[in-house]
Amino acid sequence: MKQQKIETSKPIGDTVKTTTCYMCACRCGIRVHLRDGKIRYIDGNPNHPVNKGVLCGKGSAGIMHHYSPARLSKPLRRVGARGEGKFEEIEWEDALRLATGWLSEVRNTDPRRLAFFTGRDQSQALTGYWAAQFGTPNFAAHGGFCSVNMAAGGLYSIGGSFWEFGEPDWEHARLLLLFGVAEDHDSNPIKIGLGKMKARGAKVISVNPVRTGYSAVADEWIGVRPGTDGALIGALIHELLRTDRIDLEFLARTTDASWLVIQNPGKSDDGQIFRNEDGQPMAWDGINKKLMPARTPEAKISLIGERELPGGKKAKSVFQLLAERYLAPEHSPETVAAITDVPADRIREIAREIASAALDDPMEIQQPWTDWRGVRHETMTARPVSIHAMRGISAHSNGFDTCRLLHVLQMLIGAVDAPGSFRYKAPFPRPIPPGPKPAGKLSQIKAGEPIPGMPLGFVGGPEDLLLDENGGPVRIDHAFSWEAPLSAHGLMHMVIENAGNANPTPVDVLFMYMANMGWNSSMNVANTLKNLTAVDEASGEYRIKHVIYSDAFWSETVAYADLIFPDTTYLERWDAISLLDRPISDAEGPADAIRQPILEPDRDVRAFQDVIIELGYRLGLPAFTTNSGEPKYPGGYADYIVNHERNPGIGPLAGWRGEDGESSGIGAPNPDQLDRYIKNGSFWKHHLDPDQRYFKHSNKRYLEWAKEIGFIPSADPIVLRIYSEPLQAFRRAAQGHGEVQPPNSETRKRILENFDPIPRWRPPLNGLEDPEGNYPLHAITQRPMAMYHSWGSQNAWLRQIHTSNRLFVARELAEKLGLKDGGWAYVKSPTGRIKARIKTMEGVNPRTVWTWNAIGKRRGAWGLSEDAPESNEGFLLNHLISELLPKEDGIQWPNTDPVTGQAAWFDLRVQLEPAPAGAETTEPLAPPLPQNPTKRSRPKYLTYGADFRFKDPVQ
Amino acid sequence: MNPSYSVIFFTTASGFGYGLAFWLLILDSSNFPQDRWLSGVGLALALAAITSGLLASTLHLGQPSRAWRAFTQWRSSWLSREGIAAVVSVAMIGLAWLGAIAGMTGTLLNAVAWLGIVAAIITVLCTGMIYQSLKPIAAWRSSLTTPIYLIYSCLTGAFGTAALMSLFNGDGSLAAVIALISALILIAMKMAYWRRASQVVHLTPESATGLGKIGKVQQLEGPHTTGNFVSKEMGFRIARKHADKLRKIVLLGGLSAPALLGFLGVLDNGLAAVFWTIATVLSIGGAVVERWLFFAEAKHAVSAFYGD
Amino acid sequence: MTSLPNNSATKRLGLVIDLDTCVGCHACAVNCKEWNAGGHMAPLTDIDPYGAEPEGVWFNRVHAYEAGDRKTGRTVHFPRSCLHCAEPQCVTVCPTGASYKRAEDGIVLVDEDKCIGCKLCSWACPYGAREYDSHSGVMKKCTLCIDRIYNEALPENERIPACVATCPTSARHFGDLGDPNSDVSQLVAARGGYDLAEELGYQPTNKYLPPRPKRESQSQPANEEPSSGLLRWVDRLLSS
Ligand SMILES: Nc1nc2c(c(=O)[nH]1)N[C@H]1C(S)=C(S)[C@@H](COP(=O)(O)OP(=O)(O)OC[C@H]3O[C@@H](n4cnc5c(=O)[nH]c(N)nc54)[C@H](O)[C@@H]3O)O[C@H]1N2
Ligand SMILES: Nc1nc2c(c(=O)[nH]1)N[C@H]1C(S)=C(S)[C@@H](COP(=O)(O)OP(=O)(O)OC[C@H]3O[C@@H](n4cnc5c(=O)[nH]c(N)nc54)[C@H](O)[C@@H]3O)O[C@H]1N2
Ligand code: SF4
Ligand code: SF4
Ligand code: SF4
Ligand code: SF4
Ligand code: SF4
Ligand SMILES: [Mo]
Repeated sequence: MKQQKIETSKPIGDTVKTTTCYMCACRCGIRVHLRDGKIRYIDGNPNHPVNKGVLCGKGSAGIMHHYSPARLSKPLRRVGARGEGKFEEIEWEDALRLATGWLSEVRNTDPRRLAFFTGRDQSQALTGYWAAQFGTPNFAAHGGFCSVNMAAGGLYSIGGSFWEFGEPDWEHARLLLLFGVAEDHDSNPIKIGLGKMKARGAKVISVNPVRTGYSAVADEWIGVRPGTDGALIGALIHELLRTDRIDLEFLARTTDASWLVIQNPGKSDDGQIFRNEDGQPMAWDGINKKLMPARTPEAKISLIGERELPGGKKAKSVFQLLAERYLAPEHSPETVAAITDVPADRIREIAREIASAALDDPMEIQQPWTDWRGVRHETMTARPVSIHAMRGISAHSNGFDTCRLLHVLQMLIGAVDAPGSFRYKAPFPRPIPPGPKPAGKLSQIKAGEPIPGMPLGFVGGPEDLLLDENGGPVRIDHAFSWEAPLSAHGLMHMVIENAGNANPTPVDVLFMYMANMGWNSSMNVANTLKNLTAVDEASGEYRIKHVIYSDAFWSETVAYADLIFPDTTYLERWDAISLLDRPISDAEGPADAIRQPILEPDRDVRAFQDVIIELGYRLGLPAFTTNSGEPKYPGGYADYIVNHERNPGIGPLAGWRGEDGESSGIGAPNPDQLDRYIKNGSFWKHHLDPDQRYFKHSNKRYLEWAKEIGFIPSADPIVLRIYSEPLQAFRRAAQGHGEVQPPNSETRKRILENFDPIPRWRPPLNGLEDPEGNYPLHAITQRPMAMYHSWGSQNAWLRQIHTSNRLFVARELAEKLGLKDGGWAYVKSPTGRIKARIKTMEGVNPRTVWTWNAIGKRRGAWGLSEDAPESNEGFLLNHLISELLPKEDGIQWPNTDPVTGQAAWFDLRVQLEPAPAGAETTEPLAPPLPQNPTKRSRPKYLTYGADFRFKDPVQ
Repeated sequence: MNPSYSVIFFTTASGFGYGLAFWLLILDSSNFPQDRWLSGVGLALALAAITSGLLASTLHLGQPSRAWRAFTQWRSSWLSREGIAAVVSVAMIGLAWLGAIAGMTGTLLNAVAWLGIVAAIITVLCTGMIYQSLKPIAAWRSSLTTPIYLIYSCLTGAFGTAALMSLFNGDGSLAAVIALISALILIAMKMAYWRRASQVVHLTPESATGLGKIGKVQQLEGPHTTGNFVSKEMGFRIARKHADKLRKIVLLGGLSAPALLGFLGVLDNGLAAVFWTIATVLSIGGAVVERWLFFAEAKHAVSAFYGD
Repeated sequence: MTSLPNNSATKRLGLVIDLDTCVGCHACAVNCKEWNAGGHMAPLTDIDPYGAEPEGVWFNRVHAYEAGDRKTGRTVHFPRSCLHCAEPQCVTVCPTGASYKRAEDGIVLVDEDKCIGCKLCSWACPYGAREYDSHSGVMKKCTLCIDRIYNEALPENERIPACVATCPTSARHFGDLGDPNSDVSQLVAARGGYDLAEELGYQPTNKYLPPRPKRESQSQPANEEPSSGLLRWVDRLLSS
């Protein structure tokens, strides 16, 4: 018999187009191969700076996302009660008119009654601007519940941050420490990097209560107790100081270690940095024995010693304060071992290993560079210890300080933007403290007018807060109030709770985009749904009068809106992945990208960005209307991307600017800009010169270039901050100084306990100990690599990987509690009770249980059948978490970091008990939602692709 | 292994049919004095059993219309050989049956009968070898597997023959004694098979993954949450308690009881037809249970990758 | 064809999977599905895709194991696909010749037009690498991306299996394991690559690289008792 003949050289498709993946926020470059107008295959764009040709599991399932039966098809108007999921399909014109009516009424009376919150938003430069133009301060995206602790902790310390804004030096690191990272937004870059480190044989240590994913491939896994990393890092700092394994030169030159802090207990200047008349921070010149501006290039500054200031006050250097604190026995490995579940010997060893990798056997990169003083260095000295951290640190109520402690650790060994260490991605580093300040003080909010600035920003002290007459919050999410002063990303997770209680003001229009707030992104599902459906007793109307929502899919939240704007999928629209928002830069240089429509929508949907630009015009918002009253961007978002200028010459995209398209960063709008992007693979990337690639905080050529391109206001070096003046400003206010002070003693107490200019670990706000033994276990979630939050479950391929989730429990704990593999247990928290299926395992901290995030679904949602395991066996921990902490001193504080407002998802504490035999289903089981109003068949067999094989390709 | 009903039906029904044909053809070809309708009815019964079994086995196929292709790979595949042997044996048995009802005798018929006999043995042998040769299923890789298939055919066929003979006023005692002995042998063989099966070395998660050097290996998560073809087809597990009960049913109800009935029939010729008919039914029933267990208890190597 | 090619060609194309590096992201599995859903063995049917028991055809599946206990053990992610064995019983048991091993490069394939869907080959594969498509009624399996690796319509550097091209950590490697000098063979030699279930005698072509042993800290206890107090830092910088 003859061997089968196989056609091996079939072209993949008849057309290839490049665009940017949006199966998650990593934003890899993709090539979409089309055949006969259908997607044959999506693969990674080999030239793309983010993913260099690879694709993750989600990205590889784009076909099933795009053709999902859960897609919405037409604007919907609610006809039943909120939450019933009953809708009628309406025309776009009617939908836009309805929305314009609701919105213009608000704008012309009290713009604050619009709360505009966007979730997985990738166009915050537009949406934030739109909110400002509307005149409401009530805008934020998902950063507040996501990882603002990481962003703020970094920006206030090193002028850049972990998260997706910095990255380890994958090429040179000898040691990588991961703290609480399961996946991050840099999904593929981290994996590519880990692959490189593994291939080089570099060492990876993962600090994580759970040993899966990246922790699985780590050379060492440290199964830390949740919420205690700060203590662990404190002990590492203790050890580095104790054994004198620090980079003094770096501390002196690059950080505020030498700056003098006034020691004047009880007085208003206590704890202030001592500055001269020009505002220059002062240090002690050890050679000339006198006070000198710390940044005097030639000064030989001293890091230790109590100094006397003119007028007799005393001062100590920041470094001395740090050393005094961390050399104390409370930070010794022995003490900390009991808190963290990490043995003292291990702590000492890790500290030794960090020091040794960073400081011994110095590695030099043969690359001359010039520092900010103009001094030329022939080589770049490596500090090959990289640290990367994410929500395992940030999703706790002590996350801000834990994150800052990590940065202090980096500073101690000089591992900031050195070869081998953490590296900034453009446009970072930025000056510290960061700016600009948030707009939206009461005086700035006026009917029918924009607010003068962006709603989100960076607070430098109490005077920047947005407060009402009584010192209460102005914003609906209470951002930039005493509850969360440095809440740079807002508190999206508090919006519905506060809106339902009209606190501080009623909300007439709740306008949301791309956030499944009625389910997995609410801290507590039941409470959120209660607030979304709360009725005002007097008027009989919903307390939140109108809910407008844009989603692309039949998600749980859709059912709770009054008006739905059905969005396109990521393959059907224009988008800008902008440097003004969350760019895709890497340490080698800035980058941005676009999405272009690959396919025409086959249903009556519109890109959300087009919709708000249209609404902006209909509402007469100045930025979206010409002087003659015409739409300013008749071409919709594509038009805006090209022609909008935030500041002269600066627009959403940095590439191919200027009339001839030859400028980068700054330049006049270029009508051919989008074409140029498409020709280049839909992205733009600038490669920094080799001498600009490290030490960017102090690198003259980098700083000058960054100023030129508009990233930073001046080419001054960026001094890294151990000692945070904004925090000291709040402390000082709480001590009774200054004009803006906390309104009551409870708030004073809270500020004094939690605002420390030098970071310090404190237990999570709900306490680490459990004296009554009620809720002894920590309960956390992890991102599954093959799922993106809730939206993967509609995907026929991805859902097979995670059709339902289980609660993972340490085997020894399960045995003690009488729990069996595959059996069911009740999981109780002070807030609620769920029933979950158990899976036992070894690699987990024994007092921690965990599950994959957002697998549990509501019955009827996402185009799945009502008996789908996602809804019948899958569960959410969000039924157990609460927006608010228990009342204390008569006040109910939010369940967030007291500094930044970051949602404390991972502070959750639970108890477990076996569930008696009964139905093999999860609890609570909410009543099913009706199916997607657009009837789409749910095939019994899915044979996508068969045509490609059996039909000959069209050449 | 997932006990597929079509395969169980196929092996027991056709096994019985081959056994029955085997004995009847021996009777035919050895000119044993007999009722001509014994062969006529008996071979028809055998053919019916065989063909229904074969048809059932094609139900198990995804593309039954291409079944003919299965005859091509006799050089390497026991399944292919089984297919060819099955067709040859059905043809021969069919011819012999036609000859029998036509009242034919003689060398030609004898030759056909002998070809049928040999083909029947080969078919059952191939069936056994299909399983016995499968490396991933340690329990089946026993030198007893094929003999058990053969003797099971012999047993059910012999009881059938005995019952038919007594129905057609002959003396089926010899066949019944053969059946009885087969049953006793099978008891011993099955016990030996099970003893061995409990001792065979299976692939373990440690050996299959090669991770045993690190320590005990347990599956944390399967590739997909719900089942798949492999986990359903190969991952079938039966509870120990359940299996023990079924084994007892095979040994007592499916082998000992028929043996006793066979013996009683020899003692009391008057009731022999009743005893042996019941014995035939019981032994076939036992065979069904035995086959079900044969599959259900067999652990496929791939289950090691699923943590089992 | 069910008989194995007897010229035992020296070319043995296959994969090398690095268990020390695989993070279990399932990219290889999904990208395999995506490529092959429209490829040589298309479709890779999914049954009940949006219902209670979704069950699809996948050529590559990723398991997660824990080996050892909490303190000294490891979690290992473990992708599993056809190993393109040198002695594959899946081929020899096939009654129709649908299952075959290519003489020229050792790839084991199913010719669907001949397959009767008897499933015996799946019983004969200890590695669970055969995927029955009950909707099409035929057996399917990893093709080693035969329609990529020889695809002249692709640029040369992209002529590798989809799972290898997409693996973000580069834990998957493709090459000729019959050539002792190939990159993959050398990698296997250097890292102690091994055969799965060697004792069964299938002689898999694909190799697995074991997780590297845990590395204890190599640092020296330095400066364990430095001169105490803060003053030791006073003039350190001045003398530098
Ligand atoms: N227990 C627990 N809860 C958590 C977390 C946790 O770790 N543990 N993590 C939190 C964090 S960090 C985050 S960021 C949130 C994430 O939670 P969400 O921001 O709610 O993310 P998704 O679930 O992906 O929901 C996004 C919504 O956008 C819709 N969508 C998808 N594509 C499009 C599109 O193209 N256009 C439009 N208009 N809509 C689209 C989806 O259908 C979905 O309804 O979850 C939070 N919740
Ligand atoms: N595949 C996929 N990728 C995603 C997402 C997704 O849904 N799916 N979501 C995106 C989003 S919105 C975000 S915010 C990022 C989040 O990216 P990550 O922060 O990497 O994601 P999480 O799963 O929240 O990670 C939390 C990790 O911290 C660990 N952890 C929990 N508590 C502690 C602790 O106290 N200490 C330490 N050291 N570790 C702890 C958990 O075990 C877990 O491994 O991922 C983004 N990327
Ligand atoms: S990581 Fe995956 S899902 Fe996210 S953008 Fe990249 S390819 Fe797409
Ligand atoms: S793509 Fe690579 S890292 Fe991901 S599961 Fe597959 S082999 Fe492992
Ligand atoms: S892995 Fe299985 S299917 Fe692949 S060649 Fe080996 S035996 Fe055959
Ligand atoms: S299922 Fe197909 S390929 Fe497998 S043994 Fe049967 S005929 Fe051969
Ligand atoms: S080689 Fe091709 S068919 Fe085989 S597992 Fe990899 S992607 Fe799938
Ligand atoms: Mo997030």
